[in-house]
Amino acid sequence: MKMVEAKNVSYEYTKVVEVKGENTERKLMALDDINIDIEKGEFIAVLGHNGSGKSTFAKHLNALITPSEGTIWVDGMDTKNDELVWKIRQNTGMVFQNPDNQLVATVVEEDIAFGPENLGVEPAEIRRRVDESLKMVGMDGYQKDTPSKLSGGQKQRIAIAVILAMKPQCIVLDEPTAMLDPVGRHDVMETVHRLNRENGITIILITHYMDEAATADRVYVIDDGKLVMQGVPKQIFSQVEKMKSYGLDVPQVTETAYELRKMGIDIPEDILTVEEMVGAVCQLKSTI
Amino acid sequence: MIRDITIGQYYPADSPLHRLDSRVKIVLTLLYIISLFVINSFIGYAVVIGCLAIIIKMSKVPFKFMVKGLKALVLIIVFTAIINVLTVKGDTPLCKIWLFTVTLEGVFYAVKMCLRIILLIIGSSLLTLTTTPIKLTDGIESLLKPFQKIGVPAHDIAMMMTIALRFIPTLLDETDKIIKAQQARGADFDTGNLLSKAKALVPILVPLFISAFRRADELAMAMEARCYNGGDNRTRMNVMEVSKADYMAVAVFVVYFAALIAIRILI
Repeated sequence: MKMVEAKNVSYEYTKVVEVKGENTERKLMALDDINIDIEKGEFIAVLGHNGSGKSTFAKHLNALITPSEGTIWVDGMDTKNDELVWKIRQNTGMVFQNPDNQLVATVVEEDIAFGPENLGVEPAEIRRRVDESLKMVGMDGYQKDTPSKLSGGQKQRIAIAVILAMKPQCIVLDEPTAMLDPVGRHDVMETVHRLNRENGITIILITHYMDEAATADRVYVIDDGKLVMQGVPKQIFSQVEKMKSYGLDVPQVTETAYELRKMGIDIPEDILTVEEMVGAVCQLKSTI
Repeated sequence: MIRDITIGQYYPADSPLHRLDSRVKIVLTLLYIISLFVINSFIGYAVVIGCLAIIIKMSKVPFKFMVKGLKALVLIIVFTAIINVLTVKGDTPLCKIWLFTVTLEGVFYAVKMCLRIILLIIGSSLLTLTTTPIKLTDGIESLLKPFQKIGVPAHDIAMMMTIALRFIPTLLDETDKIIKAQQARGADFDTGNLLSKAKALVPILVPLFISAFRRADELAMAMEARCYNGGDNRTRMNVMEVSKADYMAVAVFVVYFAALIAIRILI
């Protein structure tokens, strides 16, 4: 079953720019002829530098914006169909970058209840979902806390719990760790992976941290509104020079392997983790 | 310094006051404010202060939280005091300052007015300190429901208030940050006359407004992403129920109000 299917999706917007003292409208393509298929239960990372259009793509998945050309189906539902909008939004939850700007209430449990309340869920069921989703993100016991007193990582996990309470099949995370410290990043990523593994929730992670993308099932690279690369992390990151041409980095160990290869040392080019690097180096040593 | 304003801040605790129905609390707070204008003798004030002290004790909210809220309004209180001392006319003059005669009645009146303002602020901050903003606005929404028929958008008003309350601490933090950032760039907020001080505020207000609009935009998007579709067909996790404790609170308040009226008539 396909969770997301994007066919020839383009998104155009007009921007007023000043040219020689005169305001002229210029049409810009945030997305240009994108084709993407995402299966249910997959963990997808979407990479791209700032302004590449990756956030615009994320907003399409939630029907927050609709394509100017082409079609996106989320779980078989066309995002352009106004009658399906609320179903799509319940189905595909969205976590944004800044945790402060997506929490509505001043108490954790009321914030989590906001989503199900909008859906018209029964009060007793809402209560159950609040407790359940807090457990799922490992924040059980924080029901009565004030979000502003929590750390960034905790706030972002609350934001994920907020989405979980709406029982989605898919969660889109738009640079969820960009404003977090390393500990917060680790906690959020671990939570997201667990949800994908244990609950079978499709994860679409928009990011510019290569280490996070390296743990995904598949990676898409968007540059200047165009889908330029796709494949499993090993395929993507082994193309170090191509990645750099899109203004992106590769994980540190991958880059080290790349440099070593350039120096004539025979080491695999698709190393993504420190463990793999250790293995490769040890093998190399034994052959000498 | 700027974080000292506690109005609109919730203090999480488990007390009888926290558990009261928000509608009851709102109505009682409004009546309490009215009751402050019923009293006019020091005995009346003593009764109010006594009752308020008991309620604060019951609420488990540290008293210093409310005092912090007062600090921000010290200027208004002092201003009220001076105006009253100087302008209220009476029979027992104490001294003469320039054109004004200070009288004993004037001093008493000023003390009463200041007490009234202080009690008003502490009493109403108690409402927001013991009620979560969502419960508060739920209460307001429910109280406004009957007026929906004549076109009062009860839910929209309540939602706007929730968000405003939710963003008070966030925007205060932001203001603090901007002030520090501008000071680091050499901005001077403390010297000069009133006009230049007002002008110095511009570099604070402009970034603050821009960031507030950006936040509003993002929040609107997040709310939409969470299926917010206005007030229709919404349910609530916490169903509001008037309990025994609420009836008790109302009963106690009736006694309190009656006592104040009695004091007013008798003394």
